[in-house]
Amino acid sequence: MTDSSVPASRNSGAFTPRRKLGRKLAPWLFLAPGMIMFLVYVIIPIGQSMWISFFQWDGLSPKSWVGIENYIELLDDEAFYTSLKNNVIWLVLYMLAIPFGLFIALFLNQTVRGIRIYKSLFFFPFVISQVVVGLIFSWFYAPGFGLLFELTKIFGGEGIAVLANPHTVTYGIIVAGLWPQIAYCMILYLTGLNAVAPDQIEAARLDGAKGIKMLWYVVLPQLRPATFIAVVVTVIGALRSFDLVSIMTDGGPFGSSRVLSYYMYEQALSEYGYRMGYGAAIAVVLFAIMMIFISGFIWKMWRDERGL
Amino acid sequence: MNILKTTALTALVGALAMPAMAEQRVLKLFTDASDPAPKAAFEQLVAGFEAENPDVTVEVNTFDHEGYKTAIRNFLTADSPDLANWYAGNRMAPFVKAGQFVDVSDVWEENGLKDSLSSALSSMTIDGKQWGVPYTYYQWGIYYNKDVYAKAGVEEPTTWDEFISNCEKFQEIGVDCLTTGTKALWPAAGIFDYLDLRTNGYDFHMQLTNGEVPWTDERVRNVFAEWAKVVPYTSKNVAAIDWQDAASNIVQGKAANYVMGNFAVATFKDGGMTNDTLGFMDFPTINPNIPRAEEAPTDTIHIPAGAKNVEDAKKFLAYLARADVQSAVNATLGQLPINKNSEVGDDPFLQQGFEVLSTAEGGIAQFFDRDAPAQMAKAGMEGFQEFMAYPDHLDAILERLEKMRQRIYKD
Repeated sequence: MTDSSVPASRNSGAFTPRRKLGRKLAPWLFLAPGMIMFLVYVIIPIGQSMWISFFQWDGLSPKSWVGIENYIELLDDEAFYTSLKNNVIWLVLYMLAIPFGLFIALFLNQTVRGIRIYKSLFFFPFVISQVVVGLIFSWFYAPGFGLLFELTKIFGGEGIAVLANPHTVTYGIIVAGLWPQIAYCMILYLTGLNAVAPDQIEAARLDGAKGIKMLWYVVLPQLRPATFIAVVVTVIGALRSFDLVSIMTDGGPFGSSRVLSYYMYEQALSEYGYRMGYGAAIAVVLFAIMMIFISGFIWKMWRDERGL
Repeated sequence: MNILKTTALTALVGALAMPAMAEQRVLKLFTDASDPAPKAAFEQLVAGFEAENPDVTVEVNTFDHEGYKTAIRNFLTADSPDLANWYAGNRMAPFVKAGQFVDVSDVWEENGLKDSLSSALSSMTIDGKQWGVPYTYYQWGIYYNKDVYAKAGVEEPTTWDEFISNCEKFQEIGVDCLTTGTKALWPAAGIFDYLDLRTNGYDFHMQLTNGEVPWTDERVRNVFAEWAKVVPYTSKNVAAIDWQDAASNIVQGKAANYVMGNFAVATFKDGGMTNDTLGFMDFPTINPNIPRAEEAPTDTIHIPAGAKNVEDAKKFLAYLARADVQSAVNATLGQLPINKNSEVGDDPFLQQGFEVLSTAEGGIAQFFDRDAPAQMAKAGMEGFQEFMAYPDHLDAILERLEKMRQRIYKD
């Protein structure tokens, strides 16, 4: 990144005021389409959601102002705490995708005949739709005909129906979610591994480093950008987990696998919902949680860029 | 498809020849009839209406059945058709209260519908006015596997006690007495509704779904006490099973009974059951002193407040209410007509259902998720699902529902 002000200042004497103005204006003109889009489709809706969260509204009748009543109700809502707890479980367990992805990437980072085929096979779950992933796993778990159910029946006598049990259901869904997420992290690390400097590996090897030590002290530090992106996508993925919950359980049994994003949808938009205000309040809470992470990420990126 | 083509063609011809045939009026109908049988029924309905009213062209816009439930909220306010189909009971209440449906009491009055559609009058009435015209319903009840009954050596029960004692016999031969699949929640509500209708009766059930009775009431507990008797004999893990998958338990003889609506007959028959192996019975009696009430969800057509051609829309509703039209439409749908002068197809399940519904002196409920407001329905059905898995959570469930009731019915 070279300093653009250098050539400008050298030539500044040649500029007429009009061209100077053009220089100032041009970046904004180029940014404008993106900024307008961002404003209309991101910033304004965020504001609107917050505004709606202070109303009671069914989407049809006129809105009625209730102040922070929706938030007070949230505090006393079991389903909200279930969703929050599940979101935390998602967040923690989803992180497993990163070490697993790294492991598979290291494993696949070799030159064997046909390695491209293996790589694509490992990447496959990320390519297929989450809906398909959810369906495959719900059949896998299905009581009566699912593979897992039948296997546990053979070995344990009684089949385990993961998705029917409120204690196991969230974990069952997370496992399904990890499958594509691991593939995603793997591909991030595979590209990262391409950029690892071979001379450093060589040098480390001459110094006698190998195995875990080589990985920890030589390879991983070079993979830091890949790890950063993997953490970001995994955190965001965990927080906005929705498709799998919707496909596999509809939040059930009796609401025990809800997460915040699903609960928001249920309250605001589903067949039995249409409490726009309450749904918006949940959205605001989810947004606040996401903001903690997002600002953390942005702060780190900003710091890294200044460090350069 | 043909209808669409004809409509498109007529529209095109109409547009080209506008000055010549200016009197051709258009009636826009939005429907969720996306499944084959309902779709055919609507095509038939529209063709019949157009034949009788050559100066009206009906434009049908068919939505996906599930997507329609969301779409209706948008199109009623944004781009309103002249006619839209929906459901009776509390399901139409939000639209009526928001002023989105036109009062069609005059159609009822002029065509004597209060008499001919009397069985659906109460479920179509809000604030003493009628808000749409019902055209079809179907019975709920217990569908059972006759072969399994023969194998266990038991007879069709008429009382709940007999039903439970049959369950012991089924258990001896390794068959689940009752099966269901509550992944989508609503199948559990069918069981609750019938237990409540049989234990406390129609009036109490309506008070409960209208939020006039606390969920912690002793009479509600009595319902769950009856339910608890059958829980040990019910299939396991039903919370993770779709209703269609549970139907295969009946087909394969792994379970004996299934509380379901008549639409499930097609699923049972697809699985290989016939009129000889599939049986239907009315839900057994619990309290013999209570007038027998039944459950029959009703489908309706309404005129949205934003309709442009209200006059022809009312003509269409009057046509829809006619006995001969309802006979024909329901023959295609495989369901029951509401008009009491209509004829029922010769399908044994429809015949039985018609008999059961037309002799129900207690009243006809619409189903829990149509009788109760949407949020209460959702919370209630989750409670039922939880109760089936953990009967000992009953106190917590009822307290939660009571808390919901106090909030939901507040305004």
